[in-house]
Amino acid sequence: MAKITAGVASSHVPLLGVASDFGKDKDDYFKPIFDGYEWTREWEKAEKPDVIILVYNDHASAFDMKVIPTFAIGCGEHYGICDEGWGPRPVPEVDGHPDLAWHIAQSLILDEFDMTIINEMNVDHGLTVPLSMMFGKPEAWPCKVVPLAVNVVTYPPPSGNRCWALGEAIKKAVESFPEDLNVQIWGTGGMSHQLQGPRAGLLNREWDNMFLDGLIGDTDKLRHIPHFEYLRETGSEGIEMVMWLIMRGALGKNTRALHRHYHIPCSNTAIGHLVLRPDNGEGYDMTNSGVADLEPAE
Amino acid sequence: MSNQENPNKVQDIHEYLAAFDDIPGTRVFIAKRARQGYHMNQFAMSLMTSENRERFKADERAYLDEWPMTEEQKQSILDRDYNRAIDLGGNVYFLSKLFSTDGFSFAEAVSTMTDMTFPEYTQMMINGGRSPEGNRSIKENNEKAALAKVAMEDQKFAGDKKEGN
Repeated sequence: MAKITAGVASSHVPLLGVASDFGKDKDDYFKPIFDGYEWTREWEKAEKPDVIILVYNDHASAFDMKVIPTFAIGCGEHYGICDEGWGPRPVPEVDGHPDLAWHIAQSLILDEFDMTIINEMNVDHGLTVPLSMMFGKPEAWPCKVVPLAVNVVTYPPPSGNRCWALGEAIKKAVESFPEDLNVQIWGTGGMSHQLQGPRAGLLNREWDNMFLDGLIGDTDKLRHIPHFEYLRETGSEGIEMVMWLIMRGALGKNTRALHRHYHIPCSNTAIGHLVLRPDNGEGYDMTNSGVADLEPAE
Repeated sequence: MSNQENPNKVQDIHEYLAAFDDIPGTRVFIAKRARQGYHMNQFAMSLMTSENRERFKADERAYLDEWPMTEEQKQSILDRDYNRAIDLGGNVYFLSKLFSTDGFSFAEAVSTMTDMTFPEYTQMMINGGRSPEGNRSIKENNEKAALAKVAMEDQKFAGDKKEGN
């Protein structure tokens, strides 16, 4: 049986991809950001996930205004890297896991989540930056990826509650896949940031940390935050955090944090990163939990 | 818990959409804007190939004229007036293809939409970013400004009376 053994949340700021690609990750500006991922890089080497379900949003790269799917799952064999205006990032292309992806897609539709199925697309920084942050610069990515793209660009995006419920359905779907697979689910984007208008540059450390707190333990209060609150409190692009709720919903009732990182700023954005274990009697290794539950001092 | 039990489920789409107008300095990319800016955003999207970027750079006006955009939209692009472009239905993720074409970083392009220079904007971000305090609600800000004005006039009135004594 396949199992979701961990959830990882991370911002996916494009500038982090630039810093990684051009070897600037040890600069004064970037070092405190990348240092917060060191723990996770070592941990991932030991965890050796087979597949990542990578929840992200496309930033007007694979999808333009012609077609706007609310929830879309990549069922292809292989994904190329987008040219986002400065040439494609020099990172490995991404291998899919069509068997698991099609199984999840079918299960979700039967569970009344009407998914869009993608067989061919290129992936942008929303998907590749988290891979760089967690795996560094390998020749090939160490695992397969099932891309799960969420519309958070054209309003309305899905509600937080719907995202959480989709996560719950993904957990059920993964657990009915017969092959033994170590599956992680990643929620990406966020945290507070606004990239437009006179209010650009808005950040909200207090709210972001309230949100990180709310992903840990047995509370599900985050699922009820309305879109308006994300917009008002975390800037127009903070809405990406609804994607973290898909990850959280897939971890069951209770979670424990193994690692937590928060840093301001990266370009226009607050960086947040959290590694979570499902904690419902599965018996996973909880090393480092407890220390990660609190907001880290900077 | 099923979706039906969401206590914050949107009941009135008109209220949902109208509320966005109260956020200061922000244009939420709702359907109305998505429709208005459709061709401008598709134009920006076309800059994702080096061939199109070269063609655009060679003659911006001619390239823009290939798209069924309004004259105002074309002018906002030629001027790189991103607040204007967003007012006319542009979306920042689409417009970012133009930032890259121009060789601007995301942060530098974004800073042009504020009242700050890029170094000032960068420093604000390093200092913790723009605070949400005072940036949450146009209505709230107007009420506060009105109250402050009344308080100031009261103070002036009290001062005048004192002087009169």
